[in-house]
Formats: sequence, structure tokens, C-alpha cells
Amino acid sequence: MDAPDNPWFSWQYIERNWDEEIVGALTKHIELTLLAVAIAVAIALPMAILARRVPRLSGPIMGFTGALYTIPSFALFALLAPFTGIGRTTVLIGLVMYALLVLVRNIVVGLEGVDPNVVDAAQGLGYSKNKMLLSVELPNALPSIFAGLRLATVSTVALVTVGVVVGYGGLGQLMFRGLQSDYRAQIMTSTLLCVGLALILDLLLLFAGRLAMPWTRTGSRRQVRKARERNAV
Amino acid sequence: MSVVEEAWAYLTTADNWTGANGITTPTFDGGWSWANDSIIALGIEHMLMSFAAVSIAGLIALPLGVFLGHVRKGGTGTVIASNVSRAMPTLALLTLFAASSIGFGNNAVIIAAAIFAFPPILTNAFTGMSDVDADVRDAAKGLGMTRFQMATKVELPLAVPLIAAGFRITTVQTVATVPLAALVAGGGLGVIINEGIATQRYGQVLAGGIIVAAVSLVTDAALGRLQKRVIPAQLRHDGRVKAAA
Repeated sequence: MDAPDNPWFSWQYIERNWDEEIVGALTKHIELTLLAVAIAVAIALPMAILARRVPRLSGPIMGFTGALYTIPSFALFALLAPFTGIGRTTVLIGLVMYALLVLVRNIVVGLEGVDPNVVDAAQGLGYSKNKMLLSVELPNALPSIFAGLRLATVSTVALVTVGVVVGYGGLGQLMFRGLQSDYRAQIMTSTLLCVGLALILDLLLLFAGRLAMPWTRTGSRRQVRKARERNAV
Repeated sequence: MSVVEEAWAYLTTADNWTGANGITTPTFDGGWSWANDSIIALGIEHMLMSFAAVSIAGLIALPLGVFLGHVRKGGTGTVIASNVSRAMPTLALLTLFAASSIGFGNNAVIIAAAIFAFPPILTNAFTGMSDVDADVRDAAKGLGMTRFQMATKVELPLAVPLIAAGFRITTVQTVATVPLAALVAGGGLGVIINEGIATQRYGQVLAGGIIVAAVSLVTDAALGRLQKRVIPAQLRHDGRVKAAA
């Protein structure tokens, strides 16, 4: 007897399992990603500003985040699971930690990269420390912050799947189930959804970044050429 | 007994390190495999798998990156390769390979890990070679060097710091990826964690987490030292090298 057909892609699988299985896993995946990145931003901003304001804390904060990043996600979930249990909380804490590391580094680098002349000018205009941070330093650090945000989001989407270890991996759960029941279509579908999700979130952040930083928009080629001609005259 | 005490007990039991019946077990076909109940055996298996993955990736990515960097073509390709590998979950590739004709076990893991090890080596070799100062290349040309001599005697030594950094990143990342092998019936140190979760022995899970984390940190530190050593002596006090460290 021939072995049953085991295609890598099957519309039938998608049609039959869309409502319950696929949408459910995808929703969990998106929810975990967004929540983790949001929490990470909320913690990373004050941490980075603190590292910038108090130079003595900068070394320990950066060193700590670097060492933590070396620890594999698989091991981190294992270190957390005995205390936070199996499931959502453990995965969320792990994801927040990794996103946090990327974000803190990028925000600190962004703040350090602000042109000292700009800061000087703002000081000369009598800006207070807080006003300087909000209206001069942070906007100038935005390109680096957005780069960190994109990196953190894309790697979080991929990292959610490792949550399988503690039984809460979003689309990773489908991959794992597909592997256990030797069903290739299930693995391939969840893989494509995962990569697609990362791509879409990355593009959304790219556009959000352009909206938030109008000065980095170069405009169409024609506009640039016209502007150049005008400057040449 | 608390989880921490259980983990301590697990780590201080000699049998858990050497295995109840030694570090190897016979297989049905007369061969042998690493014992699944020995930390030492799993550790050796872990290192061998990581070494295999990095070697495969290095054998292909290093010459390719050096060549592309020398002719200064394909920069966009290397960027795309590293971006896609970031969005691609390791678990996805692992399960795809395990479900394909490669099958369950260590081979699927080694191939998946090798693919993820590829981009950092490629990107760093490319950047190292293509970032060599145009004046330096000019001087080499003026000395009458052939293209091959220029690539091997001038550009390559200058690219060594970045290439070494690429291998360090890749190796640490591979050592961190191999634990996932446990999910596709492979070996390596991830087995300790996976087995602990399956049998609800959280002390063992914690101990496994500590071991894997320690191995990663030690690997990173050791390679950091090695990385400093392989940098040519003339470059060590050069400002240019700082960027790679």
C-alpha cells in the first residue's frame, strides 16, 4: 500500500482549520508579541534615560544586558518555569527580557549620538533638563530607537515559537503539533504565517517611523533633483 | 524540598554527570550513542553538534564572503540573508527539516543550525574585505600585486578582526540554538530541560537551564579571548580594530 499523501502545502488544511486552530494560534502570537514589546518599551525608556543621566550606572546596565543576551531563550524559559509555572507568564517574561535588552542598547546609543552642538544650542536657549530630554534629545534619538524597535519586534515574533518548551508558543505550537503528527502542511503554514507576521510588523514600524520622523523622508527622486537644482542656483 | 534545593541535588549527584551506565549506550544495530542521562555525554554531544554546524557554515560562508567582499559585489544579498534569518524562527526550520526526508534527530538540527550560522560569517567577511581602505588597495596595486595577492596578503589580514568577530557571534548563537534539538528527538544539553518538563521535575529543569546558560557564557568568554589573539599584532593597537571588538 502506498503511504498517504503528505503535501507541504494544502488549501484543504487551511480551509478546514482556519477558524479554530490557525486564527487562534495567530491571535495568541500577535498578542504575545505586541504585549511583550509594549512592556519592554515601557521599562526600557526609563532605564536608558537613567543610564544616560547617571554615567556610573551606564556600565553595569549595558554589561548586564549584554550578558543576559548571551543566555539562550531555551535556557531562560527553563530558568523561569520553575518559579513562574508553565504557560503564558513565563513566555511573556522571557520575551520582555530579550526585547528589553535590544531596546535599552539602541536608546542609549541614540541618546549618546545626539549632536553636542544641538544640545549646546538648546542649553543656550534656556531649556530645562526635562524639556531638553523630551523636545531635543529623544526626537534626535528616534532613528536609533525605531531601529531597535524593529529589531526587537522581528526577533520577538521568531522567539515566541520557543515558548513551545513551556506549552505556550503561539504559531510554534502548530509547528510542534505538525511535527508530532507528521503533518507537513501544518508546519509549513505556521512557518509562512510567522515569517509573514514578522515582515508585516516590520513594514508597519517602518512607516510609523517615517510618520514620526518627517525630516528623514527623502521624498521622490524628482523632488530631490528639483531641490538640488534650486540649491545649485 | 524547594526547586532550588532540587536543582542543587541534581547538580551534585555524580550519577547525573557520568550516567547510570556510563556516558555511552549501545544501540540496536550494534553501534553506540551518547547516554541521555549523563550531563557529560550530552555536553560532548552538544559541542560536537555545534562544531559541525559552525564548520559547515564556515566552509561555505567564509570563502563566499571573502570573494564577494574582494570584488565588492552582492552587499544587498548579504543584508537580505541576515534579515530573513532573523525573521525565520529557528523552531520552524527545525520542524520543517525534521518532517522532511532528513528526518528526526541530530542531522536536522545540525543543518538548521548551520543555516542560521551562515549569515553572520558571510556578512562579517564581506564587510571586513570590502571596508579595506581604498588608499591601501591603491598602494598594493602600485607595488605591482596581482588581484589574488592583494586579496590574500592585504585585504584578508585587515579583515581578520571582523571575520573573527563573525565566528564568535555565530558560535555563541549556535551553542544557544542546539538545545532546541531536544524538541525534535535530538541530543545535546536541551535534553535535560525537555525531560525535566515532561516529567515535571522542575529542579532538573532549573539545573538544565543553569548548565546551558553557563555553557553559553563560558563559550562567549573563551571565544572573546581567542578573538583577541587571532588579530594580527600590527593591528592590535590600531584604532580601526576597536569597531570589531
